Parts: sequence; structure tokens; C-alpha cells
Amino acid sequence: MNELRDLYQEVVLDHARRPRNFGAIHGPSHRAAGHNPLCGDKVTVTLTIADGRVADVRFEGGGCAISMASASLMTEAIMGKTEVEVRAMFEEFHAGLTVTDEGAALSALAELDKLAVFAGVREFPVRVKCATLPWHTLVAALDHVSEPVKTE
Amino acid sequence: MTAMQPLTNLRELDVARIRQDFPIFSQPVHGKRLVFLDSAASAQKPRSVMEAERGIYETAYANVHRGVYSLSQRATSEFEAVREKVRRLLNARETREIVFVRGATEAINLVAQSFGRAFLSAGDEVLISHMEHHSNIVPWQMLREEKGVQLRVAPIDDAGELDLETFEKLIGPRTKLIALTHVANALGTVVPIERVIRLAKEHGIPVLVDGCQAVPHQAVDVQALDCDFYVLSGHKLYGPTGIGVLYGKAELLQAMPPWQGGGDMIRSVTFEKTEYNELPWKFEAGTPHIIGAIGLGAAIDYVQSIGYDAIGVHEDALLAYALRELSKINSLRIIGQPRHRSGVISFALGDVHPHDIGTILDQDGICVRAGHHCAQPTMDRFGVSATARASFGIYNDRDDVDALVAGLGKVQEMFRL
Ligand SMILES: Cc1ncc(COP(=O)(O)O)c(C=O)c1O
Repeated sequence: MNELRDLYQEVVLDHARRPRNFGAIHGPSHRAAGHNPLCGDKVTVTLTIADGRVADVRFEGGGCAISMASASLMTEAIMGKTEVEVRAMFEEFHAGLTVTDEGAALSALAELDKLAVFAGVREFPVRVKCATLPWHTLVAALDHVSEPVKTE
Repeated sequence: MTAMQPLTNLRELDVARIRQDFPIFSQPVHGKRLVFLDSAASAQKPRSVMEAERGIYETAYANVHRGVYSLSQRATSEFEAVREKVRRLLNARETREIVFVRGATEAINLVAQSFGRAFLSAGDEVLISHMEHHSNIVPWQMLREEKGVQLRVAPIDDAGELDLETFEKLIGPRTKLIALTHVANALGTVVPIERVIRLAKEHGIPVLVDGCQAVPHQAVDVQALDCDFYVLSGHKLYGPTGIGVLYGKAELLQAMPPWQGGGDMIRSVTFEKTEYNELPWKFEAGTPHIIGAIGLGAAIDYVQSIGYDAIGVHEDALLAYALRELSKINSLRIIGQPRHRSGVISFALGDVHPHDIGTILDQDGICVRAGHHCAQPTMDRFGVSATARASFGIYNDRDDVDALVAGLGKVQEMFRL
């Protein structure tokens, strides 16, 4: 039960229930769709970059609590950041969930303030993709990848 | 009613004893007793299946249909004996109507590629239903790409029942094959396949029945059904993966061209001309899954030693109990309310995503399936992207249902439903 509490922390449940920045930007500068075929999680990220910074970012879609909360917290975390900073955050988040060295992983996550709540996902390897899907989709948007992103 | 009680008890399965036949149940999950409610995806295996496979390896293993030496002859006769077991299981007329394949998926692809390519042409129609597994959708779509064959889909109603009236209307002069599931894997609907086949016969249309989810739960008689093809996967019938069965009426199989080419499926080969083997080997190119077939034979023996009557009584009572207990959970919605259900219950719990349900239940050793169950059109029909699904087998009992209900209570607590 404790591992479950670490996974489904209050912040996670709150963001899953009441996602922030939910919706789509009309005429965004970047856009990408992501899909996890295993569980059907779907997310579309739109963002506008102005003067080198994220001026606005929204997401829409549906999926499990982990993917929804991750998307919601991601939009809050990257607002106002430069593209370089956003990509660095993705690297840290990804490392935080996937690197086997727990110390290294947790220190990567610690850099990310609120996003550190996803540390609990590490104990649930099949759920890592749920948390990283919004981020992969975000990076695809930045890369202007037009094919939908798949986590498989 | 009270007079019936002892009789019912007599026929009740001794689940505790059955569980002892399945080694996996002696191993805890996350320190908890394993509550396995995902047999519809793949069933657990009894020890006798493992022992049969090991036994062949240890005493009678060689390639089949090849050697003149006695070991190969023994392997061949053990392998072919399973074909006879399958024939009896399905009550097919002849053993040559039983083709070993990898599973239901391969069986349907075989029919699509062999029967479909040979006998269907552009504009001809294949009629399926809205609650098919992807394996009974995609092979026909591939045929559509290749040959311009049309796919017609019979609707289902809100209960998850086939809409028979519309189904009948969809049968037309161009309908050349009806391919339907016997039991829908995402909903548990038992399709009134007898009526469907009767209707089809009135129009002279061959029928393929996907029996994957039926054979683990009920006796099937392909002659009584008068279906033209019947397919199943061994691993859902407590047997190994990688082995399944295509039953086809001899005259149809005879008329169909081979699907894959290679060894075993030929009688003679020269570079100018190859003569194909007779049924069923015409459809079994290459070294078959010998050990898989042996395991399947042991699985059939095991199921028959318990008996479909006893299995039916036990599982019907268990399903009724599960439906009753699950219905008591507020915010739980059962997806599909068919009059006649077998094996599975799909459900949603408030707004909690099935994957979250699956993760939380897993911590208590409870295995349920969460996802679209390879039946995305079914999910779309009910306006969901995924469901949680509990499915039942001979080793499940009320304790498993109670564990599921308690586990769902934890999900509610976690998500404050
Ligand atoms: C109704 C139905 N048809 C076909 C299949 C495909 O079986 P297999 O994957 O063993 O080929 C399944 C398996 O889930 C099924 O439930």
C-alpha cells in the first residue's frame, strides 16, 4: 500500500482529476500527438514559442491518472522556459524514471521541483511509459515530428 | 429449490484441489495469494500439461512424419493422437478436418488467405460483428486491400448483444462468408451462433466461428452447429501457447489451396511440378509445434476429466455471484449486459482509468486485464477507450471474487470515489 501511496500522491491525483492547461491552442507554433497503444493513453500537446520561450502550452487527451497528471504538471513546469531548458528537463525527467542507479535518478528528479512526485513510478516499471508519454510528445512537437509518437 | 441444493453441491468443483494441479498458485505475488482473473487472455497450465511435454522430450521425441526409426514413429503417433483428441473435443466428423496452427489468429489468417484469395473477388462481402477481436477484423481488411472484398459489420445493442434483425438484413447476394465470434472476449456475450448459422445456411453462406473464448467454458459440437470453420487457441484452454486449431469441413478444406509452402505439406516436389499432400497436412507446412500439440492433448484430457457439465455449473454460479457482488459497488459500471454471458466481466469504476485499477489490484496479487482487449471497435461502441476485465476459469472461486471486490474498495479509497 505504501508503494501505491508513493505512486498516487495527492498532487498526482489532484492533477489527474483537475488537469491544468487542458485544451488546445489555436494556431500553435508547435503541435504533436502521442499514443500509448498498450493502454490507449492519448495526448496532444500544442505550444507557442515566442522570443525563444514557451509562451503557452496546452494538452488534451485521455488516459490513466499517471499520464494525465504528468501532462498537467509538465505544462506548468515548462511555462516560460526556453527550448534548451525544456529539453534539459525532459532529459532529467526521463533519466529520473528510467536510469537504474537510484541515487542518480533521484538527484535528476530533485532538479525538477514538483515533478519529483513521479519518483514513485520507478517502482512500477510498466507505468513508466504513462509518465513519459506527454514528455515524448512535447519533444516531438519541438522537433516538428508530424507522425504520432508511440511509446511502443 | 432446497431439494436441488445437495445435487448442486455434488456437482460443484473442488477448486482447492484443482488449484493444486496448477503449480503457479503455489507462488505468492507481492507476498499475497495469487488471484488470477485473466484467463481470457491466457489460462494457467496444469501440471499434467507440463509433464506431458516433458515426458515426450524424455521418452519419445523426434521429428514427426519423417523418420523410419521407431522414436520418430512414436512421436508421430503421439502427435497424431492429439488430432484425434481435438476431433472428439469438437465432434468433427474426421481427423483430417483438424489442422494444427499457431492459434486462432493464424487460423483466421489461413482462411482469409486461402479461402478468401481463392473464392472471394472484388465486391464480395465478408460479414462480421461489431464485437470481434482484432484477429477477426484485420485479416479481412487485408483481404479488402488485396482483392477489393467488402467488410460488412453487424451492429450490437447497448447490452452487447448481436442485433440479429440488422444482421439478417446485412446478408445479401454478395455475402460470401460470415465470420463471427462465439463468445465476445471484451464483453462476455455468448452469441446465438446456432441461429446465425441457420440463417446463413438458408442463404448458402459458409460460416467461420471464432471459438477462442467458448471452448474453455462449454462443449462444442461442430457437426451439430454445422459451421464451416471453427478456430481456437490452445493457451486459453489451459494448454501451451503456439498451438491452436482450425477445424474446417473436409470438402471446403479440400477445395482450398495451400497457404504456406514447404516440407510436410507436399507429396512430391520437382522443379517443374509439386504435388500437395492430403488433408490436413496440406495446411501444415514445416515442422509443426510437436510439443505444443502434446501439451494441448494433455490440456484437453484435463478439461475433460473435470467435464464441461461441471465446469458450466461452477462458472455460471461464479459469474452470477461476481455480477451480484460487483453490482453492489457504487460507481462501478458493467460494460455489456448480455442475457447469456460466459467467462468475462468488463467494467469501469467511476472515472478511474483501468490501468490504475490494474496497478492497484496487482499489489494485492489480483491479476485483471486493463485495456482495449484487442477489441477497439467494441470499446468505441461503448464510448470507452479501455475497460478493466475480470475473467474466470476452473480454478477461480468466490474467494477470488471477494478479493477483487475488496481490491476495488482500495481503488475507491485511493481515488476517493
Ligand atoms: C475472441 C478471440 N479471438 C481471437 C483471439 C486471438 O487468439 P490468439 O492471440 O491466441 O491467436 C483471442 C485472444 O485474445 C480472442 O479472445
